[in-house]
Amino acid sequence: MDFRLSPEEEAFRQEVRDWLGDNLPKDWQQDRFSREQSPETLNIYRTFARKLAEKKWVAPQWPVEYGGLGLSVIQQLIFNEEMAHAQAPVGYSIIGVGWVGPTLIVYGTEEQKQQHLSAITNAEMMWCQGFSEPGAGSDLASLQTKAVRDGDDYVINGQKIWTSGAHLADWCILIARTDPEAPKHKGISYFLVDMKTPGITVRPLIDMMNNHGFNEMFFEDVRIPRKNLLGEENRGWYMAATTLDFERSSIGGAVGGRRMLEELVTYARETKRNGKYLSEETTVRNRLADAALDVELGRLLSYRVASMQQRGMVPNYESSIAKLFNTDMQLRMARAGMEIMGLYGQLEPPSKHSPLRGKFERQYLWQTGMSVGGGTPEIQKNIIAMRGLGMPRP
Amino acid sequence: MDLGLDEQQELLKNFARDFLEKECPESLVREMEEDEKGYSPDLWKKMADQGWMGLIIPEEYGGTGMNLCELAVLLEEFGRALVPGPYISTVVLGATPIMEAGSDEQKQYMLPKIASGETIMTLALTEPSAKWDADGVQLEAKKSGSDYVLNGVKLFVPDAHVTDRMIVAARTSSGKNPEDGVTLFFVDSKADGISYEVLKTIAADKQCEVTFKDVKIPADWVLGEVDKGWPIVEKVKKVATVAACAYLVGLAQMDFDVTLNYAKERVQFGRPIGSFQAIQHKLADAVIDVDGSRFITYKAAWSLQEGEPDADLMVSMAKAWTSDASRRVVAHGQQIHGGIGFTKEYKIQLYFRRQKWMELMWGDADYHRELVAQKLEV
Repeated sequence: MDFRLSPEEEAFRQEVRDWLGDNLPKDWQQDRFSREQSPETLNIYRTFARKLAEKKWVAPQWPVEYGGLGLSVIQQLIFNEEMAHAQAPVGYSIIGVGWVGPTLIVYGTEEQKQQHLSAITNAEMMWCQGFSEPGAGSDLASLQTKAVRDGDDYVINGQKIWTSGAHLADWCILIARTDPEAPKHKGISYFLVDMKTPGITVRPLIDMMNNHGFNEMFFEDVRIPRKNLLGEENRGWYMAATTLDFERSSIGGAVGGRRMLEELVTYARETKRNGKYLSEETTVRNRLADAALDVELGRLLSYRVASMQQRGMVPNYESSIAKLFNTDMQLRMARAGMEIMGLYGQLEPPSKHSPLRGKFERQYLWQTGMSVGGGTPEIQKNIIAMRGLGMPRP
Repeated sequence: MDLGLDEQQELLKNFARDFLEKECPESLVREMEEDEKGYSPDLWKKMADQGWMGLIIPEEYGGTGMNLCELAVLLEEFGRALVPGPYISTVVLGATPIMEAGSDEQKQYMLPKIASGETIMTLALTEPSAKWDADGVQLEAKKSGSDYVLNGVKLFVPDAHVTDRMIVAARTSSGKNPEDGVTLFFVDSKADGISYEVLKTIAADKQCEVTFKDVKIPADWVLGEVDKGWPIVEKVKKVATVAACAYLVGLAQMDFDVTLNYAKERVQFGRPIGSFQAIQHKLADAVIDVDGSRFITYKAAWSLQEGEPDADLMVSMAKAWTSDASRRVVAHGQQIHGGIGFTKEYKIQLYFRRQKWMELMWGDADYHRELVAQKLEV
């Protein structure tokens, strides 16, 4: 039981923090500009990613031979913590670093690795992820997009949805059905698709914040060369579950919550209503105390995952818990903020009356969406119960 | 950074679990609910032989010189087994203030006796006002020649009726600040003028109403300095709060384990009820509550042990969280067990009742939430 970082780890934290101080202009912080993924915001993401690339910090957790620094799990945790706390715009490389690279490292051919890994670590390519479909959300394995072998090509037909950044991305990881006769998990293959391939149409899917981040993607007789199949045919489902030994504690969520809390406490301390500071109201104090508990618990549940990995253990339900808790926590935080702000909470930026530049109004909407993406809380709980607690299948 | 147990802690945990499964079965827990003393002297002696009474007492005073993290590990096992008796009263409420503020003579005299299991102690702090703060201490101590004379009532005093000695917080002066003027006295529990009434409580633990009527205490039987006892109480409260959290963690874990097992075995509609998502999601929520409680408790124990600057905040966070979270866990436990959980015969109710007790001890969630707000400088 030791909650302290080593002097080397503290020094690394300071290094990251100092670098961010020098390289992250305030108006590049993620809550300073809209969640709209436009060519202007892409420019911020890309420029920042290229600065990271100079430090080999795009994917510092990757092994050195693949363009990373081979950081320890605790260093990865620190790195991710500092990036999240500074609200650094790391969006450019999220899919590439989190999904494409790890899968390629394990399953990719030498040629595929050569072609793509350094393009990711040098921030030259932006990736998107073609997984979900209109009829395949929580039940992803029921996906219907088809890939049919035709000579040296595969021909792809179907539709994907919720594809973040598809309108800006250069490449896409796509899972599609190659064997319609096989049981649903066993007929899926994993492809690397150049977004410039003819037959791909991208249509914006505007979210309730009025932003363009998501897209629908339509594939109409899209021909991709066979060499862009990743790993074995029909093994795609299992490859999609590849996570490698990288830190997966959801620390970013924990830190996002902490950041909101800090701003909320300051707001309550400095804002007067009816001649009294908000922080003098019992209900406000209780809400903030609960929020602080939430943040601390989220952090500890994340640290627990990293701590297990550091010991060489493979987290099971523990990482699901960290993700679930930190997602819920940020939503609770956004709600608490809105409740504390009262009438003012509803004001959108850039109204001059909008508290904290409208951050909580934005977060209130954003976190509602985030609570659904990447596995709903209900699905997470199913996983915790069945995989973690060994409960019988429904 | 390592949130797991080290080798010594792992050994302690495993040993304690095996020992308590054998020596503190459910039958003993039930027997002690009805027992006037509320503990088994036989088990007490066996625990003392393991060095547990002296766990956090330095070796020079006959203890094993471990620290708060190890105490938390051990108390987690106590919560799991629902060990009845005055362990926390003696080791935390008795020994901690002496280690914190005792003269060397007092330490030499008292600590080895605690460590050996010979002396049972408690702290008489709360009164009918039921407050944990300094202004709750109103029991009067008046100087009279070479003695102090104590008059008043202490309420909710754990295990007082079986103690050999008590540390009694009394008011020796009143001023503007209630934290000034509290003095801690060593009191012989058998002294003339002290009477005990064991309270019937939800957990059938043994809390007492202790009445002091003209109880004479020699003026040098003071712990620390006259009028300056409150900071010592503050320190003891923090350790006691962590102890309560650790007990709750073990209690909640066991309630959860029993309930999970039941959900896998109980068949309705032709299938185990654990195959229904309504049950699965309750248990997924519960495992988050149990694990979260454990790590915030460890963090509090470690922060207090290491003297971290935010230790007070962590202690209050731990109790605020664990009080509520453990209640959610045992409530799910009752619900998932259905009717059988409500019977006296089945064991899950033992956990449900004791959870409420420890939830209330040393400040419930509301009390500590306000302390959290203060420490955040809201």
